[in-house]
Amino acid sequence: MALNEMHAEAVAGIVDRVLVRYRRDPSCMVQMLREVQEALDWIPPEAIDRMQASLAVPRTKIEGVAGFYAFFYLQPRGRYRILFSDNVTDRMLGSEALLQQLCSNLWIEPGKVSEDGLVSVDRTSCTGLCDQGPAMLVNNRAISRLTATRIDEIAELVRSKVPLAEWPADFFAIDDNIRRADILLDAEFAPGAALAAARARAPDEGIAASNMRSWREGLPSGIGGPIATLDEIKRANLRGRGGAGFSTGLKWESCRNAPLKAGQQRIVVCNADEGEPGTFKDRVLLTSKPDLVFEGMTVAAYAVGATRGFVYLRGEYRYLLEPLNAVLAKRRADNLLGRDILGIPGADFDIEIHLGAGAYVCGEESALIESLEGKRGTPRNRPPFPVTNGYLDQPTIVNNVETFAAAALIALNGGDWYAAIGTKHSAGTKILSVSGDCERPGIYEYPFGVSVRQVLADCGAGDTQAVQVSGPSGICIAPAEFDRIIGFEDIPTAGAFTIFDNTRDMFEVARNYVHFFQHESCGFCTPCRVGTSLLMNLMDKLARGCGSPYDFAEIEKLNQLLQSMSHCGLGHTACNPVLDTIARFRPAYEKRLTQKDFTPAFNLDDALSQARQMTGRDDTHAHLSTTHGGQA
Amino acid sequence: MSHTFTLDGKTIPFEPGETILQAAGRAGVYIPHLCYHPEFKPHGSCKLCTVKINGRQTASCTMRAMVGMVVESETEEINAERRALTQMLFVEGNHFCPSCEKSGNCQLQATAYHLGMMSPHYDHFYPNRPVDASHPDVLLDFNRCILCSLCVRASRDVDGKNVFALSGRGIKTHLIVNAKSGRLADTDFTLGDKAAQVCPVGVILKKRQGFAVPIGERTYDKAPIGETLAEGK
Repeated sequence: MALNEMHAEAVAGIVDRVLVRYRRDPSCMVQMLREVQEALDWIPPEAIDRMQASLAVPRTKIEGVAGFYAFFYLQPRGRYRILFSDNVTDRMLGSEALLQQLCSNLWIEPGKVSEDGLVSVDRTSCTGLCDQGPAMLVNNRAISRLTATRIDEIAELVRSKVPLAEWPADFFAIDDNIRRADILLDAEFAPGAALAAARARAPDEGIAASNMRSWREGLPSGIGGPIATLDEIKRANLRGRGGAGFSTGLKWESCRNAPLKAGQQRIVVCNADEGEPGTFKDRVLLTSKPDLVFEGMTVAAYAVGATRGFVYLRGEYRYLLEPLNAVLAKRRADNLLGRDILGIPGADFDIEIHLGAGAYVCGEESALIESLEGKRGTPRNRPPFPVTNGYLDQPTIVNNVETFAAAALIALNGGDWYAAIGTKHSAGTKILSVSGDCERPGIYEYPFGVSVRQVLADCGAGDTQAVQVSGPSGICIAPAEFDRIIGFEDIPTAGAFTIFDNTRDMFEVARNYVHFFQHESCGFCTPCRVGTSLLMNLMDKLARGCGSPYDFAEIEKLNQLLQSMSHCGLGHTACNPVLDTIARFRPAYEKRLTQKDFTPAFNLDDALSQARQMTGRDDTHAHLSTTHGGQA
Repeated sequence: MSHTFTLDGKTIPFEPGETILQAAGRAGVYIPHLCYHPEFKPHGSCKLCTVKINGRQTASCTMRAMVGMVVESETEEINAERRALTQMLFVEGNHFCPSCEKSGNCQLQATAYHLGMMSPHYDHFYPNRPVDASHPDVLLDFNRCILCSLCVRASRDVDGKNVFALSGRGIKTHLIVNAKSGRLADTDFTLGDKAAQVCPVGVILKKRQGFAVPIGERTYDKAPIGETLAEGK
């Protein structure tokens, strides 16, 4: 009892320190839970006791939030929590064998905690290191380029209980792998230059100068820079880089024009929740050009009249937090953030970084805002849209990392300069995250309009069977389509470019993606919550050799339902990888359609596998053979 | 100009700010729904109330009516999809209508009848969801939960108690109660709570009142849900 009390007191002390740092603000719930877990390795009931009492929120609120995010643990998961990145590219590089090696080395089963409570090994969605996989996270620190040797070293460090901070530093080295740089990645950029250019722009330069109003909530009247900056963004024809391609100028203008209620402010959010499997360009932008991104956010704040900014950084990029905070501190010291930026009276804007905790759906802007508010990351009902009712019901713009970087350059060099790059419908450049079967995986920045074939040639891909552009929610194309171009008029993309050569089984690729969507569905709406599981079960059924044409028809019906009934893009696109690969790589499926007539997914012999495992038997008498249910 | 839209060819008047579902309900036109309840803020999660507006499908409980909207609801296409959603809800949980106290008063069951659902169609998931019988007056049978969150909203917005919440994610989403032990008995929940009245299925059940009204004489035994719920009651 006394020991328990001591434990509870120690936990309370740790929790209190975290809560104070976040001003006991329940809207920082996700951040507080993350820090509590970083200190305690999990979120024990005593910690929730303390949070509940100290924040004066119901326990259900805390548990509901903690239960939503894959990286929050309400049960102990060990002092070392090892998660193998489970993107298809990691698998192609042998991640499954390495996972099994580590598990047998540590005497544990995947997904379970070791008996001494020291370590757990599990899988997680793509960690954004596809160009240097296989990759893993250990307590949210990334290790890339795993090999069998490295796995043995890791097992030894775990067994010897060496603190993570004392592991060899080179384990944690992450490469940028920039293979082709263009205006963004090549930018010679002095922090503050874009802001100075935006400020210098006179009101009569703006095509909307006649509409100029005094800036009620931000700068004093008479300064035309904000409107002129907005005009430059519009003239640049900049479209969102997160994949949807909405006009950035329109979004910013809507936010600027949205009325503010008393006590409200406008908000700028940078979406760095780069969760689409196969995408890692935001990681590289934030590593190599953080000032450009932050400056773009500040330009946006200047243009829309925002005074508060957030970067929503995916939990998988936790290791970028300290370097990015250091850049923010430098910018504050240089008067590029904070009060009266660049000496402009009333130009107040600051940025804080919030971390996600393992939820792909938070890349959807309204789910992201929910998460920023410290809630479960479920997409909101729309309308209203975030530009009028976003963070804490305030006008909010959410843009991709790359969009802000481009905006900074547009503020610096003008909209006409930018619009001249790329194609008529797709201005500027696009950064591609190239991975999979090629000699030089990494980051490639091209003007829009580059052909798939060109990218394949540049990265040294041979015998290419397929390219998955923009990740599982994007499109899978076959060689006959390699002359198609990257651009909003043909193949729009958030940046993933995953290459599969002729040795790959496209059915297994699609199955991996279907598992991904099932894992990441938020569970809010019926069609996506249940439909992604049904789809996964169907694909697994095909993989087990129980597939028949009936199952094909079922997949098509599910696709129709998910597309028309789902609440958000996750459900709308969850069937894409299957439909695309059925249309283009049908033989990979036909191989699985071993049954002519409907065959149940239930298999008696499979059902006995648990009993076999428990009794340690695998002889012929421990198996059943049936006429139904595929191979016994 | 009058505030009307058309629903399956019928002219429906609406008050500005009203949703399609609300306006249809006032006009006596039933649009299937489960997570919607007129006394609470729409949730938009079950998607049963999905209608087609100018070719695009959207939940009618959250979509505000606008002048001149052309809305389709009772089409074979949409009802087939609603039926599939109902089947999904059936296989996701553990629903055994013949032995369920809520049979005949259950909106899920009645909606399934309304949509002509003849079988669950999909393979059952058979989730493991233990019941909570800790409370002296109320049994919680999570097997039947369809995650509509009506009890969550009722407890939070009317009772001011936050007894219920959703936790987990995806197919593992589940209802939790506001107690460290996770047991209803350790919350301040009472039979008088609004949250005790709103469950559309058979999760929140009064103890010691089994089968007070015989099967055959219950709400939806007497009249199908389309007639009973037209006004969203």
